[in-house]
Amino acid sequence: MPFVNWLKKRLVVIAGLLTLGYLLLPNVIVTVFSFNKPKGRFNYEWQQFSLDAWKQPCGVADMCGSLSISLRIATLATIGATVLGTMIAFALVRYRFRARGAVNSLIFLPMAMPEVVMAASLLTLFLNMGAQLGFYTILIAHIMFCLSFVVTAVKARVMSMDPRLEEAARDLYAGPVQTFVRVTLPIAAPGIAAGALLSFALSFDDFIITNFNAGSTVTFPMFVWGSAQRGTPVQINVIGTAMFLVAVLFVLASMLINNRRNRQKA
Amino acid sequence: MATLSEAPPPLAAAEPETKKAPRKRGKWTPYWLLLPGILWLVVFFALPMIYQGSTSIQTGSLEEGYKVTWHFVTYWDALSEYWPQFLRSVFYAAAATVLCLLLGYPLAYLIAFRAGRWRNLIMILVIAPFFTSFLIRTLAWKTILADNGPVVHVLNSLHILSVTDFLGWTAGDRVLATPLAVVCGLTYNFLPFMILPLYTSLERIDGRLHEAAGDLYAKPWTTFRKVTFPLSMPGVVSGTLLTFIPAAGDYVNAELLGSTDTRMIGNVIQTQFLRILDYPTAAALSFILMAAILAMVTIYIRRSGTEDLV
Repeated sequence: MPFVNWLKKRLVVIAGLLTLGYLLLPNVIVTVFSFNKPKGRFNYEWQQFSLDAWKQPCGVADMCGSLSISLRIATLATIGATVLGTMIAFALVRYRFRARGAVNSLIFLPMAMPEVVMAASLLTLFLNMGAQLGFYTILIAHIMFCLSFVVTAVKARVMSMDPRLEEAARDLYAGPVQTFVRVTLPIAAPGIAAGALLSFALSFDDFIITNFNAGSTVTFPMFVWGSAQRGTPVQINVIGTAMFLVAVLFVLASMLINNRRNRQKA
Repeated sequence: MATLSEAPPPLAAAEPETKKAPRKRGKWTPYWLLLPGILWLVVFFALPMIYQGSTSIQTGSLEEGYKVTWHFVTYWDALSEYWPQFLRSVFYAAAATVLCLLLGYPLAYLIAFRAGRWRNLIMILVIAPFFTSFLIRTLAWKTILADNGPVVHVLNSLHILSVTDFLGWTAGDRVLATPLAVVCGLTYNFLPFMILPLYTSLERIDGRLHEAAGDLYAKPWTTFRKVTFPLSMPGVVSGTLLTFIPAAGDYVNAELLGSTDTRMIGNVIQTQFLRILDYPTAAALSFILMAAILAMVTIYIRRSGTEDLV
């Protein structure tokens, strides 16, 4: 039975590719339906091909406004979480200090907590303080939950760093600041970049915590959520498709640059 | 891409105590480095938990304000009214976690051992969907599982739907607005959180161990059962945690793909907080969810014997 043998050998590959298909199917649907011309208010059924939405990506009231709010929040949250998280990561790897266990659990717990719990408890804090819900409460929340992810990403990188490189820099009369900027930071950069990228993605896409603490501010995910009730414009598919393409191209480009650099080194 | 794939899964951050000699210079430096970030977490993560606890034992009304009256009955009332939603959340999340493991393991294995030069590309394809808003992608399942769509049509003609109808997973020969749709959506949404830690732990396995097993006349399946799978346990543990926890608290899938009969505890907390404005009940429910998750996670980590996860 050559066919059965062939199948047996490739069972894992086939199963894996099927899973990959399951993961990518919704993206295919999102892309295809960005060219749809729906009949009613909802874009769930295929009607006919049309480029209307791609020609007018901002043709829906409030959508591009919400997109820009999301981009601003994601950028600021990424900067905040990356700076604070990197500092914590360096402290954890490079120094001995008291209350290390407590610090570690404080970093770990936000990642092990259902989002809805963090969202609800943060809302009780804001309500008790009488804080005005909006842009800044969203930003505060996003920095909070992105922090832990930055710490873990940076920590992994710094831990695998050879400490002798820094000693060498100091032996060559580099001051502490110079050592940090010229040696430590470049080596830690991939970890910091990974943490920042993850923060941006998490913040940009966050819905649950934002929904609780946004007041009347509408981020892009909240716009999509609202449109799921009122009617889904084709334009959200355009944005979804564009984001997917930008992400893939960005990653492919960075891979090509990396490859070329490695080849030049070799 | 190298950057993202190098980042380990958050929960798998095993931390061997650093063996380097503590530095004399700057005794206070670590505290200054920690201060802003830790302060942020204390004020906006830990403190809210306390506020939530205190809100849950308050009585009063929106107009007259709330006061702490140690009204623990709220917990009892909340549990006796919403225990079905709690149970449902656990079931759905457990089902989604098992499905994620079954679906995710082959893909992680494929990327780690069989992908060759396609490895980076497949890795990108696993991560890239993250960058399209998950709400848009979840809405796409409405199209995929639509009543007159191809999936329902095929399942119907194979009489699978009558079986799942009988089991109570679906109803009335449709998939949308049933438990099956919600579990399907949960599985889809949290699958990458299973795949990435699995991949990280599989990738660390020394390929020579497989050869050794083969040399000792182990069949591929035996090699997998005795060598590969046990060595991938850290990935399995952190992967299941990373899927189960968010799935148990999720309300997006239940709301978009389910019906009123598939409401999970997240939906209840959200409605109580944002629409009914019954803060004490909502806080109590959220507190119970938190306690239940923490208890389950602790027991699970203890039993699986990988305490270095934390």
